Amino acid sequence: MKKVLLSLGLATTLVSSPALMAQGRDYISIVGSSTVYPFSTVVAERFGRKTQFSTPKVESTGSGGGLKLFCQGVGVSHPDIANASRRIKKSEVELCESNGVKGIVEVLIGYDGIVLANSKSTDQLDVSRKDLFLALAKQVPNPNGSGFIANPHKTWKDVNPALPATKIEVLGPPPTSGTRDAFVELVMEEGCDEIPAIAELKDSDKNKHKMVCQSIREDGAFIEAGENDNLIVQKLQANPKALGIFGFSFLDQNSDKVQGSKIGGVAPTFDSISDGSYPVSRPLYFYVKKAHVGVIPGIREYLEEFTSERAWGEDGYLAEKGMIPLSEERRDEIAQDVENLEALSM
Amino acid sequence: MNNSTNSTMSRVEKTLARRYRAEKRFRVYGLLSILFGLACLAILFTDIISKGHSAFLQTRIQLTVELDPEELEIDDPTDPDQIRGGYYQGVIRDALAERFPEVDGRSAKRALNALVSDGAVYQLQDELRDDPALLGQEVSLWLLADDDVDTYVKSRREGQAFAGMLGEDQVQWIESLIASDDLRTQLNTTFFTASDSREPEQAGIAGAALGSLLTLLVTLVLSFPIGVAAAIYLEEYAPKNRVTELIEVNINNLAAVPSIIFGLLGLAIFINWFGMPRSVPLVGGLVLTLMTLPTIIISSRAAIKSVPPSIREAALGIGASRMQMVLHHVLPLAMPGMLTGTIIGMAQALGETAPLLMIGMVAFIVDLPAGVTDPATVLPVQIFLWSDSPERAFVERTSAAIMVLLAFLILMNTLAIWLRKRLERRW
Repeated sequence: MKKVLLSLGLATTLVSSPALMAQGRDYISIVGSSTVYPFSTVVAERFGRKTQFSTPKVESTGSGGGLKLFCQGVGVSHPDIANASRRIKKSEVELCESNGVKGIVEVLIGYDGIVLANSKSTDQLDVSRKDLFLALAKQVPNPNGSGFIANPHKTWKDVNPALPATKIEVLGPPPTSGTRDAFVELVMEEGCDEIPAIAELKDSDKNKHKMVCQSIREDGAFIEAGENDNLIVQKLQANPKALGIFGFSFLDQNSDKVQGSKIGGVAPTFDSISDGSYPVSRPLYFYVKKAHVGVIPGIREYLEEFTSERAWGEDGYLAEKGMIPLSEERRDEIAQDVENLEALSM
Repeated sequence: MNNSTNSTMSRVEKTLARRYRAEKRFRVYGLLSILFGLACLAILFTDIISKGHSAFLQTRIQLTVELDPEELEIDDPTDPDQIRGGYYQGVIRDALAERFPEVDGRSAKRALNALVSDGAVYQLQDELRDDPALLGQEVSLWLLADDDVDTYVKSRREGQAFAGMLGEDQVQWIESLIASDDLRTQLNTTFFTASDSREPEQAGIAGAALGSLLTLLVTLVLSFPIGVAAAIYLEEYAPKNRVTELIEVNINNLAAVPSIIFGLLGLAIFINWFGMPRSVPLVGGLVLTLMTLPTIIISSRAAIKSVPPSIREAALGIGASRMQMVLHHVLPLAMPGMLTGTIIGMAQALGETAPLLMIGMVAFIVDLPAGVTDPATVLPVQIFLWSDSPERAFVERTSAAIMVLLAFLILMNTLAIWLRKRLERRW
């Protein structure tokens, strides 16, 4: 009897499964960046509560993974929206096009600051991007002027005499993380061009220049601490000498434990990131499949909610979650484009 | 002769003390290993419990709310549409303004309103739906406090008040509420009845627990019959030759394959090839079935092997067919071992996240899944997602969810032991 029941159950599961594939989807499917995830989910939740539509499903897959899924094709089995903590690449637009995803609407939603922080029990650090490059690069210019040597700097004082003589110990995200990509782009690459010997390379040997600017040292001074920013905060608390690299919202939430280092003399605060004086911040985007608007219920309304003042405005609930809003003109401009579903052109 | 015995004895006596010492050391090593394990377990548990216990309490603020029909824009409280569309923020704001009449100015009022969670709106909505007669009356309600308030109140109790994102005046208002007994902590029922939310005070594990249940149900329904049937065939029917040997080696190998591989397999076969939807318990259950099958087959075979051959021979001797012999005698006797293996396999499946990552179950899902084809997430994934959230109040919720998951695992393993004790027979 038991056996019969079990096989019945098995049969129904197998039979019922093809049926569900044919039916439509009544919720929005969102994939993409883990940095945009905290913001995207807040909007999704509020949208689900306020309207009669189902709450969108938000998957945290990383920017690259999300855009890859997004570009697989048009139809209910493919996601409607992809979040990204960087702009979509040309190659990704091409992939989308080759799979029949033609109209893509780009929405710039705001900024996210990346901070360098240490435990509150020690002094606040004031470094420049050049200092950071010299402290963390795999190779630095040879002091005698010829070629490059493996990074010899042991303490911050070696990098810049004005800095304390503590050991260089930086906890940061692994190469798979978008935060790492952004850090390399906004700090390392900027910092290395401030050094004349490297800036020269830009014209003479592009590949070498890229390699020098993008490689982070692997001799223990930079420690890959995993994708979890909370973990880095905990480790900083346990080790006051170490510095950590993570998103601004984690600094905001743990202001009793850690402090943000000044970069180029500017401390990371909500205002300094938003007016652009704090140099390390990156844009956050999401991309919408035009072909799905009107097919999957609620996409237009979701866009409306996201681009409303109460969401992404100066005092909106996204700002409360740590996202740095755009200027008012930019917001108006983008909201207008979104309303007209202006397709992205690259 | 005598001499030689003496010399043997003296040699034995010489080394005796050393051998006793070695014996003692050997025992101490074993004991130390166990103590080390227990110490690790104790550290883990104290850490999780000390961080997570506070999540079971929730701060609430008492306010006298006037359910004014005009302010709420509701004239017929029995109409569900009106109840849903009511403007509850307004009456909560009025109640706060009445409690703190001295607060003036737009930004100060905003700061004051931020003390009460957005979730309080749904609380008022539920109150009014349950009792339409409340409309137009003044009621005193314990409303959900914002997570920053919650964190402040809990950290204050532990001696180190953490104001975090709260302003100075906000802290003063909280102190005033505490002084007048209008603020208290009570059992956090939201944690057990709500789904995921980005507001920590409104987040719960119900959705993830239900998702886990549905996923495990699919896994059980598929893996138990398939696993047991495979084990019976391999033990009772299959000839012993190279082919069955190869199958056996492969099953043992599969049991050791990292679980993420099964996720990739599931993505390729179930989603890309069969076209099943992402993030649903059905696909999750299928993937976990692949993962737990080897465990169930191996333990079921061991259970069947341990049934004495004399029982089989006796059954066959009095004229039973092989099928009758298996179904009437071997299977009932092997059942405890099979069930134990199945439960342990299920417990493994319950704690798994890696394979689910590939098939899209690592997602933010608010609506409760109604069936195996609705998007859902599972308990370990919920823990993973919360541990990655910036909001401070999620730290304690992460630990609390771990406690719930551990409780389920302990329950399942206890059940396995109980079943074994209960049904086991000795020959």
